[in-house]
Amino acid sequence: MTAGVAVLRRHPRQSSFFLTKGRASMLSMILRRLVQSLITVGVVVTLIFVLFSVIPGNFATSKANEKRTIDPKVLERIEQQLHLNDPIPVRFANYLSGLAVGDLGNSFATERPVTDMLQGRIFASFKLACAAIFFAVVVGLPLGFLAAVKQGTWMDTSAMVLAVSGLSIPGFWFGLLMMYLFSLTLGWLPTFGYGDGNGDLRHLVLPALTLGIAPMALLARTTRAAVLETMGADFIRTARSKGMTERRVVFRHMARNAFVLVLTTIGLQFGSMLGGSVVIEKLFAWPGVGSFLIQSVSVRDIPAVQGCILVIVLFFLIINTLVDIAYLAIDPRIRLR
Amino acid sequence: MRTKEYGMITDFKRSRVGQLVAVLAVATILHGAPVRADEPLPGGTLHLAAPYGSALSSLDPHATYESQDMVVSKALHRALYTWDSANNVPALDLAASVEQSADGKTFTYKLLDNVYFHNGRKMTVDDVIWSYTRIMDPAKGYAGSTNLANIVGASDVLDGKATVISGLTKIDDLTFSVTFKNFVDPGTLFYEAITAILPQEEVAKPEFASQPVGLGPFKFVEHVEGSRIVVEKFDKYFKPGKPYADRIEFVITDDYSALDVAFRAGELDATVLNSNAYQLYTADPDLSKGLIEVSEVFTRHMGMNTEVAPFDDVRVRQAINYAFDRDLIIEKLLKNKAFKATGWLPATSPGFDATRTPYAYDPEKAKALLAEAGLADGFTVEVSVTEGGLELLQAMQPFLAAIGITATAKVLESNVLVDSIDAGEAVAWLRSAGTGPDPIAALRCFDSRVSRGGCNTTAFKDPAYDAMLDEAAATQDPAKRIELIKAADGYIFDQAPVWFNNYNKAVVATQPWVHGVDANATEAAILEVDSIWLDATAPDRQ
Repeated sequence: MTAGVAVLRRHPRQSSFFLTKGRASMLSMILRRLVQSLITVGVVVTLIFVLFSVIPGNFATSKANEKRTIDPKVLERIEQQLHLNDPIPVRFANYLSGLAVGDLGNSFATERPVTDMLQGRIFASFKLACAAIFFAVVVGLPLGFLAAVKQGTWMDTSAMVLAVSGLSIPGFWFGLLMMYLFSLTLGWLPTFGYGDGNGDLRHLVLPALTLGIAPMALLARTTRAAVLETMGADFIRTARSKGMTERRVVFRHMARNAFVLVLTTIGLQFGSMLGGSVVIEKLFAWPGVGSFLIQSVSVRDIPAVQGCILVIVLFFLIINTLVDIAYLAIDPRIRLR
Repeated sequence: MRTKEYGMITDFKRSRVGQLVAVLAVATILHGAPVRADEPLPGGTLHLAAPYGSALSSLDPHATYESQDMVVSKALHRALYTWDSANNVPALDLAASVEQSADGKTFTYKLLDNVYFHNGRKMTVDDVIWSYTRIMDPAKGYAGSTNLANIVGASDVLDGKATVISGLTKIDDLTFSVTFKNFVDPGTLFYEAITAILPQEEVAKPEFASQPVGLGPFKFVEHVEGSRIVVEKFDKYFKPGKPYADRIEFVITDDYSALDVAFRAGELDATVLNSNAYQLYTADPDLSKGLIEVSEVFTRHMGMNTEVAPFDDVRVRQAINYAFDRDLIIEKLLKNKAFKATGWLPATSPGFDATRTPYAYDPEKAKALLAEAGLADGFTVEVSVTEGGLELLQAMQPFLAAIGITATAKVLESNVLVDSIDAGEAVAWLRSAGTGPDPIAALRCFDSRVSRGGCNTTAFKDPAYDAMLDEAAATQDPAKRIELIKAADGYIFDQAPVWFNNYNKAVVATQPWVHGVDANATEAAILEVDSIWLDATAPDRQ
């Protein structure tokens, strides 16, 4: 395991070769990712469409709720108006032709373009995801690092107890606890909502903490494991034997090598936040894609459901592609493979 | 944001509010104008909940029949009638008067002369006729078309045979008449937002779906989809001095736990409660003071498919009704947030018979009835429920087992359950049904001419009952009509196509500084927001 040091001492004459090869490798990876993403999106879109077409109930029947009965003739008209009785291949073809030009169709419920409805939702969800991952990284990373460096001490134990708790506690329950503490007891933050216009920071804090607690815990554990593995590596011993300061060993060699594994965790967690924030968004009346999805599913608003899932899948794919690109920047060994 | 804890309000009053009240008192004495504590105080922002879902379905009141959307529509829109919660009847809203013809089928309305849309244009009869014609649009499936179908010629428009409703006649700009096919109470048909009067020129604009224009007490300001909707006072609202509040901020959520925390934190002025919160609030000396309880027009029941054995035998259905200790179920499971059902029509229905004795808890009688029906050894039945109804079924199972009936649960998603019932596949199911405010419409759910999808879910068929309903519907004399309705409800009670469980007790919690909140039996969450006001102690006024 001397590669870690070796890459830091790249031979000057090899630089242009490595850079050219690196760029080609990156381009190839991006292209590969793009093709994979297109296939993934195609499969997901088809699956969702078929699934919602064959399960019992549709948007019209969902209107006949427990509280109010709607005349069956009215329901028939809704089905005709929305072409719900058209053959599945016809509906799917119509959907795909719209999708090809970026038209996700109109929401059955609001009769507004799904793309319009998604715009504000994407912004809100992205903001929440960024805040949550920021909290997870700022707290989880140092916590895991500290636990590894101080392995076996009370700091390590405390950090890991915190991490296990964060992973074990259900997000919904943790959110309620946050509400009780910061809103009801201390009166520092609003219970729920988004705030005026594009939202405000005070409304963002509680949902971000709630959404970020599990990734924070996972990140702490991953960081600890990665750092512990790196600490025992040959190149760290070599670096120390060369007389490097402990600070330089830790931050230049240990942290950088451990970060590849940590980055994977961050990428996966961040990528899944849009879809994983459904419960949190509902709890905090946060106007994101997750709460939109669950509402749309409950009323069988198929265009809206498909739009939400498409956004969630694309977000996941984009984030993971960016993570792959970041690997290349952090670890040149990957470029050379 | 208002962050004072409910329990701290008294301390709060003693401090800043106390000072404010003292200043106000001095100011009042100096000006010689007494301020009465019960006199509505204008101004302030109301913070209310639009519960039941995580997003509004639509801001077009004709296009949605969701209670959550109607909560907001009450602020933005108005229909010909409104619900008078104090008297529990529909009351004229946009009209100054109505006259009924001698044959009882034509109603002539004189509209108010001071009703304006939020765009500043005055409402006329043309708007009423246009709105009703829009509701009957054959290309759409507007829920209000069922309400309007009784108007002469309305069905022709719905079927594409006509473009105007012949039963609607414009007399002048403020006067029009409506002719119905049968005897109806137009108030029960025209009070919900699904029959709201809308401005044609605004509906034609694409932005109407996201920026609605109506003639309600508040006009649209902002909608953050899935989070909140904000409306502000409409200065040209037709009721003098109303609305009292300057602004309403509705939070859109279906999470009762979050609503509970927000209410306790003083961030909400009023909210509906679920059974868990109700139990906690009633036990709290402060919170219990602001509770408004109402028997809503919804009847929880176990429907039985009367077309299949063993529920095609009335004795079996009656046995089911004798099998349960409903008092125990209501107390332990529903935390007393329910009223025991004594018929299909609920306590707040004009057709409710307060003298009727409910089915007693009598397992021996239930067993005897089963034995008479040849089922002395009992039977096994599959009961279809949603996830939310499973707890009730689990509470019912021991009672059924005690009379020899083994009940198994078939848990279905709500839409799937509806499909299963409508297709006649479900044998028994737990549901709640809207049973008001029009008692005849509610009792039609056992009319043999009505399909399962049309609400006769049990497929109950009895010509004698149909005749009773027809007689009630054809009777013009209100008192006699009510007696006939009670008799029909009593008949259904005896025939027992459902297990009559309970009427929903809806509970609205209000803060001590909020006044004018009504107890709406048709849907407790839909508040008459033009009458709600905040007193000087409201955190919003500090």
